[in-house]
Amino acid sequence: MWAFIKKEFYHIFRDYRTMIILFGMPLAQVFLFGFAITNDINNAHIAILDNSKDVVTREITRKLLSSHYFILDRYLKSNKEIKPAFRKGEIKEVVVFEKNFARKIKTEGKAHIQLILDASNPNTANLLNSYTKGIINTYMSQKLKLYGNLPLSIGVQSKMLYNKELKSVYMFVPGIITVILMLVSAMMTSISITREKELGTMEALLVSPVKPSIIIIGKVAPYVVLSFINLIVILLVSRFVFGMPVQGSVALLLGESLLFLFMALSLGILISTISKTQQQAMMLSMFALMLPTILLSGFIFPTENMPVVLQYLSNIMPAKWFIIIIKNIMLKGVGFIYFWKETLIIFLMTLLFVSLSIKKFSIRLK
Amino acid sequence: MSVSINIKNIVKSYEEVEALKDISLSIKPNELFGFIGPDGAGKTTLFRILTGLILANRGTININQWDVVKNYKQIRKITGYMPGRFSLYMDLTVEENLRFYARLFNTSMEENYDLIKDVYEQIAPFKNRRAGVLSGGMKQKLALSCALIHKPRLLILDEPTTGVDVISRKEFWELLKKMQKREITILVSTPYMNEAALCDRVALMQSGKLLTVDTPQQIVNDFEGHILAVKADQMYPLLNDLLTIKTNGQVYRFGETLHFVTSANPTKMQEKITSFLEEKKYRNISVEKIIPVIEDCFLAFMNKTTTSWTKEKK
Repeated sequence: MWAFIKKEFYHIFRDYRTMIILFGMPLAQVFLFGFAITNDINNAHIAILDNSKDVVTREITRKLLSSHYFILDRYLKSNKEIKPAFRKGEIKEVVVFEKNFARKIKTEGKAHIQLILDASNPNTANLLNSYTKGIINTYMSQKLKLYGNLPLSIGVQSKMLYNKELKSVYMFVPGIITVILMLVSAMMTSISITREKELGTMEALLVSPVKPSIIIIGKVAPYVVLSFINLIVILLVSRFVFGMPVQGSVALLLGESLLFLFMALSLGILISTISKTQQQAMMLSMFALMLPTILLSGFIFPTENMPVVLQYLSNIMPAKWFIIIIKNIMLKGVGFIYFWKETLIIFLMTLLFVSLSIKKFSIRLK
Repeated sequence: MSVSINIKNIVKSYEEVEALKDISLSIKPNELFGFIGPDGAGKTTLFRILTGLILANRGTININQWDVVKNYKQIRKITGYMPGRFSLYMDLTVEENLRFYARLFNTSMEENYDLIKDVYEQIAPFKNRRAGVLSGGMKQKLALSCALIHKPRLLILDEPTTGVDVISRKEFWELLKKMQKREITILVSTPYMNEAALCDRVALMQSGKLLTVDTPQQIVNDFEGHILAVKADQMYPLLNDLLTIKTNGQVYRFGETLHFVTSANPTKMQEKITSFLEEKKYRNISVEKIIPVIEDCFLAFMNKTTTSWTKEKK
């Protein structure tokens, strides 16, 4: 068995393409999702149409601009300038203060600000909308305390739990861990087993007295080690580059990951038993595993908003349960009793895949 | 110590193709047995059934007392198999490959070095080279070492000399002869007819059927009729002209000559052909009576089966 494992490591280390997939891809993904594909707003260009130009509007403007979310692109002079300003495409939001803003607040206790947003990117628009509202509400409530009298306006109070700053990195890291464990484990093992079939070496292995289970364990063991190293690298990067904390127990996190790892590996073996060539194995793992993992697991799109059929479908995605588990550990910091059900589901899936692949792995050629 | 093999009524078909049609033969202990036939004759299929890699549709095979299906575990322990495709790891070095195969069979390179010494010494200078960059002949020698590493009592080699240069082929056969002295039963398949003479006994195979099983010498002795090797200055029209001579045998190209098979008195036929060709204004005519080789026998067998087959149809 040790001979098998050693041989497998030789294969991996001598094929630079495998090495790139194993170690380059996970890091690239973390950085990609962490930096580039972000839902956060930074330095969005806005314009301000201040019809009142009094103390209050200036103060609100200052508040908005002192946050790092917004950059003042220009002041507009009239409503007519709004549309042309958007057309240039650089401005994402226009903040319009009505006339006699400060006076209206004092006399009527109510004044209006209109936010006009470029909704060609609905996500960004939504975020800008809520950020702006948030800043204005904060200002209002501070003012209220100073004046201490009239109920000026009712701000919407929303408190963000677990991800107070709504940082998307926190959302993505659990997803990336899942995708990478899935990718490396399932795809790499299925490819490496089918490679033996394709090269004809499987023929020689099968003729030897070695048991199929030893062949499989020998093929899979190196990937367990490498995936585990990957996992630790991702966690370190997310901790020290993106400042993402692990609220719960690290040991528990690693343990659960190991379970998920085994699930992915057994899935990889199963794929290898049904595909004849490396390409087939790759396509199967890509389309049958990767895409559903990314799209249906709640990694990017919340499953609750999906059509019912897809919600049911997402239940058979092992990744969905694993993401719930890691979010629980990393963000909420809760213990095992809160996600033993999810753990059990993954465990049962692993058992299913292992027994299926042992049944399918044949001591003979097809 | 070496093994005997009994093959009984083996039939194997892949979807529509019948790869083996009722094959029966036995192989004696310590024999160097050759399966000779063109591609598609069913040699690889038979070997895969022997090693338990695939199952036959009908029939049984016993290796010693063991059945290939039921007792495959015992058989695998004593069998060395070299598949037709080069099936070692290209990205491992010569030595790593050998050590890996040794471990597969729970032994070490050193333990049975004595057996593979003759083969391995020839590739030892390249032991740190990756298997992928070896020449064809070297690859086959490495594969042979790997198949021998666990001291098998039965060695099954599927076309070990296909695509290997003439010198390496010769060396390879010499190695097989040496192995045979170690009391190993050796089954080897080859599409090269001239290698048949190197085996103790051969089975001539054609589209899933055995044409004959015998010693190469006996097969040649049993050849019915005589062969005249015909040569002249213009070889292309020569074939067509020879075909016009009435004979009950065949006429076919054979290397640089044409072989003319006849059951008539060879000396008379020799004269007849010579005068016929002189009439046709050929020059440098040579007509010689020769001793048939295995390929001639193979072609004769093929001719026989196809003619009897057409007769049956009629």
